[in-house]
This record gives sequence, C-alpha cells and structure tokens, in this order.
Amino acid sequence: MPGVGNAGRFEQIVLPHLDAAYNLARWLVRNQQDAQDIVQESYLRAFKFFSGFQGGDPRAWLLKIVRNTSYSFLEKNRPASLAEEFDEKIHATETGGPDAEAEMVRGVESRMLQEALDAMPVNFREILILRELEGLSYKEIAEVVNVPMGTVMSSLARGRERLREILLRAREKEGLRGH
Amino acid sequence: MATDSFAPLLHAYFDNELDLVRSLELEEHLKTCPDCAQEIWTQQTLRQGLRSANLYHRAPAGLEARIRAGLPRENKVVEMPRRNLWNWVAVAAAILVALALTWRMMPSFLGHTGSDLLAQEVVASHIRSLQPGHLLDVESTDQHTVKPWFDGKIDFSPPVKDFAEDGFPLIGGRLDYIDHRPAAALVYQRHKHFINVYVWPESEAKESRARLESSEGYNIAFWERGGMYFCAVSDLNTGELQQFAQLLQH
Repeated sequence: MPGVGNAGRFEQIVLPHLDAAYNLARWLVRNQQDAQDIVQESYLRAFKFFSGFQGGDPRAWLLKIVRNTSYSFLEKNRPASLAEEFDEKIHATETGGPDAEAEMVRGVESRMLQEALDAMPVNFREILILRELEGLSYKEIAEVVNVPMGTVMSSLARGRERLREILLRAREKEGLRGH
Repeated sequence: MATDSFAPLLHAYFDNELDLVRSLELEEHLKTCPDCAQEIWTQQTLRQGLRSANLYHRAPAGLEARIRAGLPRENKVVEMPRRNLWNWVAVAAAILVALALTWRMMPSFLGHTGSDLLAQEVVASHIRSLQPGHLLDVESTDQHTVKPWFDGKIDFSPPVKDFAEDGFPLIGGRLDYIDHRPAAALVYQRHKHFINVYVWPESEAKESRARLESSEGYNIAFWERGGMYFCAVSDLNTGELQQFAQLLQH
C-alpha cells in the first residue's frame, strides 16, 4: 500500500537531522527567527518530496533542501548578501612567518571565529560550516551545494585561507588596541 | 604559506580525502617542505578552534514540535480480512473480560482508558475542530450564554467561566464526542492559539491535580473535579497550558 506509514518513516529518517538543518540555515541567514521559519518550510518541502528520496544519506538530502530554501529567502529578502565577492587583493598580507602565524591562530577566541565566519561570502561560509561543524565529506558537500568535488576542494582551500587572513587581521587590531 | 602546486592537495590530505597513493606522495613531500608541514599544523589548530568554540547552533526547543504539528497527517485505514473476524471477536472478548476484572484496581480514568489513547483521541478531536466551520456550535464570550446552550443537549452541566482578564478569553462551545460518550467542548483563545476543554461526567472521578502530557506536538492537561473529567488541549506551550489549567481548577 503506497503512502501508508510514510509519515512515520519520514519522522524516523529525516527528523533526527533537525540540528544539522537548523545549524546550516542559521549560518546562512544569520538570524534565529528566519532560520526557524526556513527549517520548518524545508521540512514541509522534504515531506512533499520524500517519496522521491531513493535512500542514500538523508542528512545531505535534507541539507540540500535547507540550502535551496535559504538561498531563495536570501534572494528575495537580502539579495546584497549573495553578491559579496572575495576581495582578492587582501591576499598580500604580511604575516611575519609561518611560526608566528600558527601562534596567532592558536590564540583566537570564539567570538573572533564567529565574526570571521560571518564576514565570509556566503558560498565559502557554507562550505566551511558543512566541513568543519557538520563534518560532511567532500562528496556529501558536493551533493548539498551542487558543485563538482574538485570545486569543493578548491573552495575549501580558498575559504580557509581567507578565514585565516580575517583572523590574523582581527588579532593584529586587538594587539594594537592592547598596547 | 604552502608550496603553490600542493596547496589544494594539502587540504584534501588534511580532510582525509586523498587516495592512498597520493597520500603517501604528499607525506613524502611534507618531510622535505617545512612550509607545507607548517600549513598542516596551522589548519589543525584552526580546526580545533572552530570545533571547540561553540559555533554549532542547535535547533531551539519547540521547533521539532512545530515541525511535527505542521506535517500533514495521513489517515491510516486498517482493513480486516473477513475470515479472521471471529478470531478478533474472541480476542476482543478476552480483552474485555480482562479489563472488567482489573477495573477496580485502576486508580483513575487514565488507567481504564489508557492515557495515551485518550490523548490521541482528544488531539485528533482538537485538530478536527480547527478545520473551517468546526470549532464552534455556540459563539459567545459570555459564560451565561454558553452554559445554558448545553441544557437539553447533554445530561450534565459543565462549569463554564470566562478568563478574559487572565488572557484566556472564552469564545464559545461545541458538542463533541470523547471516550465513547458526548462531551462538552469549551473553546478558549490565547493570542492566536485555540484551547479546547473537553468536559464529561464520570462516576469514578476523584479530585486530582492537572497532569500534563503531549502527543503529536500538542500539549494536553487532564484533571478530575466535582465528578467530571477535564481535558484541555492546545498547541500552547506547557507553561501557559498549565497556567490555564490552574485557572480552571479554582
């Protein structure tokens, strides 16, 4: 009997990934209330498409829907946040050698990490969140973000580089203020 | 900064995404390239920072209930093959006998009905009532209009009181059917939420304080008072529902 028990199966398979869904939406739209609405809408969409879910990783499947819903929201409400681009000029930072760099990165506070991630363009932020906070593999990230695996690899390399630069700058500023 | 040609591979290595052959090649390279080795160390430190910094946003309490309540319900139809019917009748009869035997040992109505079943029944009734045109048979915020409306329709007189001053205005009433008998449904409102209070008499009812349960994302409060059972159900949070139940019990 098609359909019977579908709701129960959906709740068993998809609902356990609620935290992952909320974490991604919250990092993409950077607002608690909007993230909650987006997650609820995503679950409704997921429920509608659930009969087409062919097995595989339910978390990546759900996160893909959450991501699409979040991007639709951003396009409609905050188009400017999607237009952010990397300022490639920033790469010319002088850091004082790799040892000093590692030392600085080690002393970074969580508030600084939060601000640095928030300052990243959304397409790099999402890949860092999926990799570092959600622990997804390149293959899973490629599915969620809908890009080839090679792009995931190069985006991660660039995103991490950029994150480190933002952090180093923030540390330098703090240091100047401190003295 | 890492040697340029190795930079993306370095990240794949760091993420355990390189195949064995290329991993070994990269490890060879790391032995002779302090810059790349340092880069791995920096990334490791950064990762530890990210993972220990409380950056993960867990879903707030209540979101799961909201999602469950918003999902479409399906009607499960159980078809019973005819030839097995008599077996089921025999089983049902045995259950009835067992129930009759244990009847006196049950301390409250929750025992004999099974609180889960009752909870499911009132939640189903609550959801049905929220469909267009089903909520109210008598629409009034006046307790002196709602109470007499039940006269002659049911064989008991439910206590009806308005709590508008406490933020729970009465908006009307309805005749309903719970636990195999007619019940009075009193409808209250709290902001945009509706509360159904089902009332029906029961000879075994004792005085009891409100017990809270939840089913399918709805909260339910049960209590017994003056020979009647009360059951309040809503999508209100437990705190507000408890507050409301306390008002009704006084």
